[in-house]
Amino acid sequence: MSLNTVWFILVAILFTGFFFLEGFDYGVGMLMPFLGRDDMERRSIINTIGPVWDGNEVWMITAGGALFASFPQVYATLFSGFYLALILMLVALILRGVAFEFRGKRDDKGWRTLWDWAIFTGSLLPALLWGVTVANLMRGFAIQQDMNYYGGLLPLLNPYALLGGLVFIALFLFHGANFLTLKAPDEIALRARKVAWTAWIIATGLTVAFLLWTFFATDILTKSPLNGLIPAIVAAIALLVTGWLIRSGKSGWAFVAGASTIVFATVMVFMGLYPRILISTLNPDWNLTITNAASSPYTLKVMTIVAAIFVPIVLAYQGWTYWVFRKRVEARPEKLTY
Amino acid sequence: MDSLILSRWQFAVTTIFHFFLVPLTLGLSILLAVFESMYVATGDETYKRMVRFWGKVFLINFAAGVVTGIVQEFHFGMNWSGYARFMGDIFGAPLAIEALLAFYLESTFIGLWVFGWDRLSKKLHLATIWLVAIASNLSALWILIANSFMQNPVGYAIENGRAVMTSFWALVTNPNLPYQFLHVLADGITTAGFIVLGFCAWHLLKNKEGELALFQRSFKWAAIYALIGVVAVILVGDAQGKYLEKVQPMKISAAEAIWQNESPAADFVVVASIDQKNEDNPFEVRVPKALSFLLYSKFEGGVEGLKDLQAEAVAKYGPGNYIPPVAITFWTFRIMVGVGFLMALLALLAILKPVIKVLNKNLLFLKILLPAMALPYIASTCGWILTEEDRQPWIVYGLQKTQQAVSPNLTTGDVLFSLVLFIVLLGALIAVTARLIYRAGIAEPKVEETAE
Repeated sequence: MSLNTVWFILVAILFTGFFFLEGFDYGVGMLMPFLGRDDMERRSIINTIGPVWDGNEVWMITAGGALFASFPQVYATLFSGFYLALILMLVALILRGVAFEFRGKRDDKGWRTLWDWAIFTGSLLPALLWGVTVANLMRGFAIQQDMNYYGGLLPLLNPYALLGGLVFIALFLFHGANFLTLKAPDEIALRARKVAWTAWIIATGLTVAFLLWTFFATDILTKSPLNGLIPAIVAAIALLVTGWLIRSGKSGWAFVAGASTIVFATVMVFMGLYPRILISTLNPDWNLTITNAASSPYTLKVMTIVAAIFVPIVLAYQGWTYWVFRKRVEARPEKLTY
Repeated sequence: MDSLILSRWQFAVTTIFHFFLVPLTLGLSILLAVFESMYVATGDETYKRMVRFWGKVFLINFAAGVVTGIVQEFHFGMNWSGYARFMGDIFGAPLAIEALLAFYLESTFIGLWVFGWDRLSKKLHLATIWLVAIASNLSALWILIANSFMQNPVGYAIENGRAVMTSFWALVTNPNLPYQFLHVLADGITTAGFIVLGFCAWHLLKNKEGELALFQRSFKWAAIYALIGVVAVILVGDAQGKYLEKVQPMKISAAEAIWQNESPAADFVVVASIDQKNEDNPFEVRVPKALSFLLYSKFEGGVEGLKDLQAEAVAKYGPGNYIPPVAITFWTFRIMVGVGFLMALLALLAILKPVIKVLNKNLLFLKILLPAMALPYIASTCGWILTEEDRQPWIVYGLQKTQQAVSPNLTTGDVLFSLVLFIVLLGALIAVTARLIYRAGIAEPKVEETAE
């Protein structure tokens, strides 16, 4: 296997990890103002992700950094092309990040409500924008011969991409609700389970529509030899199973199945793209691929060694963190860390 | 106004805001780790309460530092895609390694540290803050490996109009790196020292019963810490100047506003009015031969003027203006150094204070330490502006000019929108952060922490 393919897979893994982990963080953030009825409940909900959200967000940062190191042309095209969308996402992430820390610093209702909504918006907007981005990646956008996209924001907000954004929001909502069912204090967990079911129904409807549209509007599920059809089917089955598990109250397995849906959906996208990374709708020769967008073989070799050493270490200590904080958060004021 | 100028402003604004927060994170994380080590070693509860108290200040600053850093990670692709395409083979690697090595470590263990007081053993909890401190400073190391390449390219070749890495070893052993990294590390130590000193002074001035032990002890530690930091900053800065004169004399001559060749010895221009257009200082105050002494440790040795250096650069790189904006580099350099020496004096006085036992009488000195909390921020900001401006017109010294680096597909409206948004958002963020840090710093330490 060429190092270019290795790095395509590594980037895919980083995005998969990001959507899986930040997926429930974003979901929890979006649900927090609605599921938490008073300050203590909201704080308990925040504390379910309190020790881990920052580490989860680093998956996105690392995915960006890895893209820069391995496929700098993709990094340049994507980030300059989606400029305004990314600016909005950065604003959202900045507000969300400080909100977790700042919220508890003043015992003032207005202050806390302000940061609650910063967490909500800061979770909703990135979920929407990542969905929009991924959908545009699947269908391609107007990349010119010089590898740049000059179209601005509006063409990226097409109906297909917006549907992709809604799918992301809905998937992350039930993923977050499943997470809360496991981690939040009992009373909130019960409410979260009901929300998970509603969100699942919406997510399933949107996902079916999105998959059908994807089938007709892109080659992600159909191109040969390699395409995303099999992971798409697995993701769809996992999604259906998730609904059944939510219904029958098996929260742990529902979370696993929901997570599998997100993981296989991401795999679908990357398998459907390979060996392309960015598709030009203007001319297939202007696609950015694992060959024409990659770093030199030397840099890829160096980075492969670095990744081979450090990715397992990262996985080990992040996994250990989840083990340390495996207990359900207790809704007792003296037990809550602000 | 075009997207190049606006993008430069945006990069400057976001970097300066980010670097307003970074030094305190770097320095205070180490100091907290030291305090917690003392607590674990001695079992003295005062140390634990010091960790809890300064930990609050640290966490507010840390959160704001992290989120302003996200912008930096994406900026190179968003506004500087020309740079990302040209330099990606080299610059992306340290950036990705920074994320993989430092960001994961820092963000994971900060969660364990904050939420782990009653879930981890004492020693394990101590390990988490050391890992945070190491990770924060590792992150500085890797981003400065990247920046050092921009200042002084090494281990590369140009292939098909792009810079490609030929030696990773050369990249991480860039001779410019030790100066830059140690300077930033020492700057962080200095900043943390002065912030702790300032808030301690506030509490000692209030002189209330009960809580003095915490602040007296913090004061002593911080005074030593600040002095170590500021002395290291000055020594490293001095060595860096001597090194730069050897390899990139343009940077020194610009920072010293030397237009004509100075030979056989170079005068030090203390202050000057600078006329960049006519390449002259209409007014200046000189100290004879002093610059030679600063650069070569003896009162002889010439310094090449900017005019000749410009002619050499044209011969080497082709037509163009290769002189950095001299007024900016000259003055940021002087402010940085002046503030540095002022801090050295204050740190020295602070360390003498406990010895001469005038802690409760010497109110004036304690009052001076309150506004002195601003000093490291002035010095850091000037230092960063100096570093980046002194490299102009290059974004990568000798390889790529800043104007070639900007994304070609951004409209003026795009960048104007984002620039205004960032100024408003980050300005508000800094204001709120400063306010929260102030409140945390002057708060009465809780006798029994709620999170226990």
